[in-house]
Amino acid sequence: MIKLVGVEKTLGGQPVLRGVDLDIPAGKLTTIIGGSGGGKSVLLKHVIGLMQPDRGEVWVDGIEISRLKGRALNDVRKKFAMLFQGAALFDSLTVFENVAFPLREKLRLAETEVARRVEEKLEQVGLSGMGHKFPAELSGGMKKRVGLARALVMEPEIILFDEPTTGLDPLMANTIHDLIVGMHRTFGFTAVMVSHEIPEIFLISDWVAMLKDGKIAAMAPSADFQKTTDPAIREFISVGSMASLKS
Amino acid sequence: MLIGLIARIGHGTLFVVQEMGRMLIFLVATFAWLFRPPFRPFQILKQLHFIGFKSTFVVVLTAAFTGMVLGLQGYYTLRKFGSEAVLGSVVALSLIRELGPVLASLMVTARAGSAMTAEIGIMRITEQIDALDTMAVNSLQYLISPKLVAGLIGVPLLVAIADVVGIYGGYLIGVNLLGGNSGSYWSSIESAVEWKDVYGGILKSISFGLIVSWVCCYKGYNTRLSAEGLGAATTEAVVLSSVLILVWDYFLTSVLL
Ligand SMILES: Nc1ncnc2c1ncn2[C@@H]1O[C@H](COP(=O)(O)OP(=O)(O)OP(=O)(O)O)[C@@H](O)[C@H]1O
Ligand SMILES: [Mg+2]
Repeated sequence: MIKLVGVEKTLGGQPVLRGVDLDIPAGKLTTIIGGSGGGKSVLLKHVIGLMQPDRGEVWVDGIEISRLKGRALNDVRKKFAMLFQGAALFDSLTVFENVAFPLREKLRLAETEVARRVEEKLEQVGLSGMGHKFPAELSGGMKKRVGLARALVMEPEIILFDEPTTGLDPLMANTIHDLIVGMHRTFGFTAVMVSHEIPEIFLISDWVAMLKDGKIAAMAPSADFQKTTDPAIREFISVGSMASLKS
Repeated sequence: MLIGLIARIGHGTLFVVQEMGRMLIFLVATFAWLFRPPFRPFQILKQLHFIGFKSTFVVVLTAAFTGMVLGLQGYYTLRKFGSEAVLGSVVALSLIRELGPVLASLMVTARAGSAMTAEIGIMRITEQIDALDTMAVNSLQYLISPKLVAGLIGVPLLVAIADVVGIYGGYLIGVNLLGGNSGSYWSSIESAVEWKDVYGGILKSISFGLIVSWVCCYKGYNTRLSAEGLGAATTEAVVLSSVLILVWDYFLTSVLL
């Protein structure tokens, strides 16, 4: 279970998070929505300990991680995988080696098993046969999918997805959503997703939270969230739905 | 006005002291990670190839011309005193004690050091370093430690090559072109170069190797997250590591003499 208590963070003199209180239920798919530049990526980085809060606490499975260092932090991170907004592929490694990286480094599997799992994941994200390419030779959407394969291949307890479908065509976005939901059903990991895909996220998420002005403005089960009466939230999600209808 | 000036000087001084502290912590942490498993001999070899082998050409080129110009200048100067016979020792001592280590490390800084800063800086900006950390792979251990070792091993080897090439460069000009005596060129080297000189050169090149990879890795690792930040980091890395090499060279020379 992940829990943020009063997390505040100022970056470059600009307050980004101003007291985030968030309870992320274990084994569920929770989606965080919110305006661009609102601090969603910063929030995810606090959950995995890449950023430390100026004030407040971050709890993961009963451990307060924001003051952890070295080996203790590494042990907590072994539960996680993360898909970065910019994919963050290692550009000196091929696609295959990128996806294999956590398997080799963390799980130390035999090479045949590594190859099997990597091929399987690459096929699921629609990139089979692309293993020998380097990230620089891929489109933005393809990089995103390699990043997704790298996050999913570990089958960890918690996966953070930072905008998994941004930059993909609607068909591919659907495929990726199905993949995430399918994997989530099978493995039951805790998923935290940042996404702008309104209204699709209401169909696939268990919970939805909205980050606004550096705070969690609302959090509710996906079905209830759509019925909210808060005018600001209504506006945000209805404009999103309109936009996706037009496109 | 005066108070403002004092405040600015104070700020500047504090910043420099803090930066020095951070650089030292960076170095110590990188060294500490070197001795913890998993060990990565293949990564070290790869970096050695990049820092060492791929710098061979520029280092050889620099050393050859330096040796040649030493031969030229030395020959004309020494002839005024009728002592062309010791040309070999002048060329060899200048190279082994001073020019070999300094010039080779400056060339490594320009070629490999700037590239290291840029590579690590890009990895920082594109969150590849964060990605390593989320996979519970320590980024200092995976990225920086092999480069530090490669600098420590690679630069002294390059310096050794530079010394030899430079001495032959001096021979080419002093003996083949200007007609000095071949036998006295070599015998003057043999009698003048002592173990102390070679040892001092090795010590210098090891410490310069450390300076290059330390400064360049540090600047890359702490790049500000923008394209200008990356450019600034590369410039700072090259300037700082070159200046440090020259300052440290003076210091070591005065201690070793
Ligand atoms: N490392 C950093 N240093 C300084 N400022 C930062 C840093 N990371 C993020 N910021 C700032 O924090 C704010 C929030 O950024 P963040 O990337 O979390 O937004 P976001 O909600 O993910 O937006 P988007 O939907 O566009 O991805 C922005 O103003 C950004 O400039
Ligand atoms: Mg973001």
